[in-house]
Amino acid sequence: MSEGMRVRMRVDGAEIAADVDRPGESLLTSLRDRLGLTGSKNACEQGECGSCTVLLDGLPVCACLVATAQCEGREVKTVVGAVPRPVRDAFVACGAVQCGFCTPGLLVSVADLLDREPDPDDALIREALAGNLCRCTGYEKIIEAVHVAAEAMSDGVPRVPARSHLHHNQWINVTTFPRGDAETGEDTP
Amino acid sequence: MPEPTTPTPPRRAAGGVGTHPAAPAGPRPHAAGVGTSPARPEAEAKVNGAFDYASDLHFDGMLWGHTLRSPHPSAGIRAVDTAPALALPGVHAVLTAADVPGKLHYGLIDADQPVLAAGEVRYQGEPVAIIAADTLDTARLAAEAIRVDYEVREPQCDPQAAVDAGNHFRYQPVRLGEPVTAEAAVIIAREYTVGMQDQAPLGPESGAAVPTGDGGVRLHVATQWLHSDLEQLAPCLDLEPDRIHMVMAGIGGAFGAREDLSVQAHMAMLALATGRPVKMMYDRAESFLGHVHRHPARMRYEHGADEHGRLVYVKAHIVLDGGAYASTTDAVVGNAASLAVGPYEVEHVAIDAWGARTNNPPCGAMRGFGGVQTCFAYESQMDALAEALGLDPLEIRRRNAVAQGSRLINGQIIDAPSPAAPAVVGSDAVPQAGTAPSPAPPGAAGADARPFSPLADMIDRIREIPVPAIPAARDILDLPGGTGNTTHGEGVRRGVGYGVGLKNVCYSEGFDDYSTARIRLELEDGEPVATIHTAAAEVGQGHWNLQTQIVRTELGVDRVRLAPNDTKVGSAGSSSASRQSYMTGGAVKAAAEAARALWTDRDLADGPIEATRVFRHRATKPMDAITGQGDSHVQLALCVHRATVDVDVELGLVKVVDLTCVQDVGKAMNPNALEGQIHGGTAQGLGLAVMEELVTVRGEVKNASFTDYLIPTILDMPPMRLHIVENADPEAPYGLRGAGEPPTLSSTPAIVAAIRDATGLALTRVPVRPEHLTTGRPS
Repeated sequence: MSEGMRVRMRVDGAEIAADVDRPGESLLTSLRDRLGLTGSKNACEQGECGSCTVLLDGLPVCACLVATAQCEGREVKTVVGAVPRPVRDAFVACGAVQCGFCTPGLLVSVADLLDREPDPDDALIREALAGNLCRCTGYEKIIEAVHVAAEAMSDGVPRVPARSHLHHNQWINVTTFPRGDAETGEDTP
Repeated sequence: MPEPTTPTPPRRAAGGVGTHPAAPAGPRPHAAGVGTSPARPEAEAKVNGAFDYASDLHFDGMLWGHTLRSPHPSAGIRAVDTAPALALPGVHAVLTAADVPGKLHYGLIDADQPVLAAGEVRYQGEPVAIIAADTLDTARLAAEAIRVDYEVREPQCDPQAAVDAGNHFRYQPVRLGEPVTAEAAVIIAREYTVGMQDQAPLGPESGAAVPTGDGGVRLHVATQWLHSDLEQLAPCLDLEPDRIHMVMAGIGGAFGAREDLSVQAHMAMLALATGRPVKMMYDRAESFLGHVHRHPARMRYEHGADEHGRLVYVKAHIVLDGGAYASTTDAVVGNAASLAVGPYEVEHVAIDAWGARTNNPPCGAMRGFGGVQTCFAYESQMDALAEALGLDPLEIRRRNAVAQGSRLINGQIIDAPSPAAPAVVGSDAVPQAGTAPSPAPPGAAGADARPFSPLADMIDRIREIPVPAIPAARDILDLPGGTGNTTHGEGVRRGVGYGVGLKNVCYSEGFDDYSTARIRLELEDGEPVATIHTAAAEVGQGHWNLQTQIVRTELGVDRVRLAPNDTKVGSAGSSSASRQSYMTGGAVKAAAEAARALWTDRDLADGPIEATRVFRHRATKPMDAITGQGDSHVQLALCVHRATVDVDVELGLVKVVDLTCVQDVGKAMNPNALEGQIHGGTAQGLGLAVMEELVTVRGEVKNASFTDYLIPTILDMPPMRLHIVENADPEAPYGLRGAGEPPTLSSTPAIVAAIRDATGLALTRVPVRPEHLTTGRPS
């Protein structure tokens, strides 16, 4: 253990001081365990999964790979402060959130993408989000959510698509067989 | 975790001010009811970073727990010296097997796994000692300071050799007819291998134990089955079950990995020993060692078919590696055996399935559960038969497809109406629901002389969906190798392949599978509010949302609240086996129906109404130990996949360019969540096909990190086209079929078939790796 040091940084708009007693402590550990800011997630802590993605002076980084000691005087934005409302709304409406553990990191990456490229195509979206692992969704609805968010942000009109997947994927069809009324049969007088 | 509240959907016309709403006469459509896709109740917290996962837990004065694990797959333990660890400042407790308060072993089916190793270790990563310290760093340093005197032994790592030596958890044969080769026009005999897949949920194993002050303990933990954890824990802690309160913490994915105990007993022991809250959280490397995996398999299959491609007989010798401890290997072997030929009719069968005991990592539940391994083998066999007979791969499947009334190899009749309706018992006087009316067979049956075959219908549907064309001009990024810029298209071959999967839903083989739900109805501000209380795990699949949809449909209320999942209500069973919509969905429906009946006779202004219901599916039977015969499955679900791939045959790189899926879900309860399940299940099947394998060498795991164990990224996943079929099961709530697992079965063989189509290679092993494609390639 070395001498402690105090690191001052701005996190989601608030001036924060972190007392770090190890030179190698990661920004992710400081945020989560020292400051109680658990919005950024810890799925791998070796820069592979992207769950801890934050904006450091506006650039997306894995907070687990940044030493807190490097952050003196810098601006950190997590899922709490980095993500425009339409992006979050689109993730909710499109079903891009399942277990949600990857979501904070993905949202920050999407915010960064849409800041650079307001109307990305699928290929650009895939490239931009290639560093964010998701184990639940197969990514289909995440791509769709990015399109919906981009559209909402382009005209400033918030929208909640009812069955928004048709926007992205016209190949979801449902066939229902005629059948006995198993749905309501038992209890309908 | 904040109590999940669900967004209030748009108000419908209701009673005016001063009138109390009355009970609806029956279920009725609701803007956020069954069949709609409302936003999940916990979604807002999840997108705001405010949802508390188990790894986010914090309690004042808490200590951090850590586990010392064996570096050896097999070793005796001569001595453990904890003194150097205890001497470190900030260390509060170091416990070993000698400190386990009660029973020394636990397990989901057989209690054979030591809480902490005593005398010997049987796999790499087996817990030997646990530490509580002021910080996680200190606890890790303390673990390094513990001196364990191991007597290293030669590990048993070959599952077939283990079986030959009599080391198996279960042997399950299936015998039907007389499998003889005489009548077969074509015989295909091949051996298949499936590597060890990991669930790799992004949320690490984590939780916190808090002493309650009276000798008991409260556990906040991310688990798939609270009550099973409690049942296993209580004897080990030597506590009465009512002294342990299990509360669900936020779950970051599960996929089977949270079915077995991980941190539970250890953190409880440390909390009881120190009198302080103790949090445990695995890092990714420890997570790979600290939970069970999908069973690796070696399977020797022989299929005989007549000249029309109809199956004459199937023989299979299936060895699943259960690793060091039993976990759920027993049930996995049962599934592998009973589903060993897939959804095809065959009269003569000889299957022998084993779950071997070795010194490899313990294997247990993962999405697909015994169905995935055999599906890869039997679908590969169907393709090989088709090729030998010059038949279209879909046509040979269609000719053999099970139909209504077909007999599966365990003797079970598929989709036949059952005499017994789902049983419902409750804590009040509302009578049991009557027998559901038998539905007419689906209309598509009509003209055909054969009974209706849902599978043949699904095959016809996927045939109608066009295969994506090869674009005239392709971006280099779209080719195999992608951003690596490894080809301009020379050496890239296109292939198309199909896979069909058959998965059992709910627990099989006579298990008393049930779920419990409690619903409370009360007035708040003159409006009825329903509170749902179950112990069912929301692992990400959308089960909380589904519960609110059911209650809104059954009770017509807009405002629905979810009580935290804990053990103060009866068991919900596990969020596994694609069963939670069926089982806890069924329990919530039954409780809501009971509450509705009570509401009819009283005014909510006179006080709240509460109804609790236990829901059971129809009873099943064990498989016969000699013949494997027995009506062992509750419900069966089908999924058909078509994969289109581009393969760079020079570099061995695969790019899956399209996955098209037809799945029968009975009833699309929440279309948005359902699609997400199919997408996600398909992705995990893709992972097994071309990426994911936990590599062990002499029992040691070589790639316990996301750097070395690769799961599909957004660049690896193609667009997925879905055709969802609702072929209702009259016995299931709302007609639904479990939907989470079937796509994980069928996508793997479809992708491998497509790679075979592109390369001409036999490919009998998954995951397919580049060297499998570049060596032995026909020139």
